[in-house]
Amino acid sequence: MLKDRAAVVGIAETPFAKHLLPTETELACDVVLAALEDAGIKPSEVDGLASYNMETTAEHELAKNLGLGDVTFFAQTSHGGGGGPGTVGLLAMAIATGQCRVGVAWRSRKRGSGKRIWADKAASAPLVTAANWSRPWGVIRPADEIALLTQRYMHEYGMTRDHLANVAIAARKHANNNPLACMYGRPLTREQYMAARWISKPLCLFDNCLESDGALAVVLVGADRARDCRQRPVYVHAFGQGIGQQTHSMINFFNDDPLRGSSWPCAEQLYRESDFKAADIDVAQLYDAFTPLIPFSLEAYGFCDVGEGAAFTENGALEVGGRLPINTSGGGLSEAYVHGFNMINEGVRQLRGTSTNQVVDARSCLVTGGAPVPTSAIILRS
Amino acid sequence: MSDLLLPELDELTSPFWEGCRNGELRVQACPDTGQLIHPPRYRSPWSPQHAPRWVTVSGLGRIWSKAEPHPPLIPQFAAIAPYNVVIVALEEDPSIRLVGNLIADANAPINSVPFEEIRIGARVRAVFQRVTDDLFFPRWILER
Repeated sequence: MLKDRAAVVGIAETPFAKHLLPTETELACDVVLAALEDAGIKPSEVDGLASYNMETTAEHELAKNLGLGDVTFFAQTSHGGGGGPGTVGLLAMAIATGQCRVGVAWRSRKRGSGKRIWADKAASAPLVTAANWSRPWGVIRPADEIALLTQRYMHEYGMTRDHLANVAIAARKHANNNPLACMYGRPLTREQYMAARWISKPLCLFDNCLESDGALAVVLVGADRARDCRQRPVYVHAFGQGIGQQTHSMINFFNDDPLRGSSWPCAEQLYRESDFKAADIDVAQLYDAFTPLIPFSLEAYGFCDVGEGAAFTENGALEVGGRLPINTSGGGLSEAYVHGFNMINEGVRQLRGTSTNQVVDARSCLVTGGAPVPTSAIILRS
Repeated sequence: MSDLLLPELDELTSPFWEGCRNGELRVQACPDTGQLIHPPRYRSPWSPQHAPRWVTVSGLGRIWSKAEPHPPLIPQFAAIAPYNVVIVALEEDPSIRLVGNLIADANAPINSVPFEEIRIGARVRAVFQRVTDDLFFPRWILER
């Protein structure tokens, strides 16, 4: 069992912006070095690497540039934004089983200045497993795919645009307190939300994540060594992955209940060995490429019953001081969209007590990957 | 026309499009249980030692969801945006759903029915529009 056997002891991020000058590989090198510095660990001690399979910097390239030691564990997670917590989970497993001692996970991505994957058929083909059955009719972008699920959810459960606005505004309020966030200093009102242009009805501009450049990294070591590191250790308490039966990636329209995606089996596995259940989670970083993924995830991870995710967002529930503060850095909607990796770093900051939107006495944080794809989640604890 | 608009034709997809050329909507079925399958698979999940067979369905269904894409889009679709996309649940098995467009009549474009006029639950019928010599796209009109 991996429970509390490994801990995050170093984190780092580059600046986030619409356009950064360095290449993705340069950003990856810089951010991994900074995370090792945060941990007080030398590059030559790194022997484990985990990344997304969409990462452009190969493990050996990173190792050659930074002078890493002999690497004895390396693995990649699939399905874009579903894979973020999985990189940390894989390293925790590898450390718990003795396959490596010092693990680094990272994501470096120039999605702000780079090309839009949905506009490139070859690049997007492996991401959408059944694209032949959606794209020809004009369901081109992830926003269109999620718009279809959102409209159905609205029909079944009475969600309105006001609920989606609750999500967007909570993320923006948190970003407004976070100097790292792309949307720092740029408030969002409900009136602005309601007046925004459509991207794919029922989703408007503010229901979509940012398009940004940036990179982040975390460093993990075993619990014994973690106690002697420079930073307060944040333990990987539980890890889950999930591919729901008969589900598809992104265009999950074809299983018995498309509103019950891969997050559901992921949550079941996550909580199986966890001492923290949904009611015990102090703060959550829920993958938010689109606002409706928040009500979907609130249900999948057991914070409310099926159909209650929209109502859960009311009365400031998602903001610091509310029932379940989420995405306290601003998340993908308002801090930066780096395939959800910034949710991991913010989870660590909450448990170090260093978030700019600190939840008082936070002891546990859920971090999830994307709800509409084969996905992953971790519970971090202090 | 960019190939982004067109599906790949291979052993998994060709029988569907062959049906469309003949004005028929075809989906796969499990050879053991008869349960319908879509999108197509190499093996039936309910009888994985067997390849599914293809069957013709009525082409009737109900609208399960809808959306209205707006730019930024790829140029072919930006030119006709906003247009509608719908998901249709088949009459034979509502858990079998097809992505498509609701159009005003069999020859109308995919921006011919406004999003607000599309009712989830409405009965629809497949029609087949020629896009290339080989590809006739199934789209949907209201079944009165």
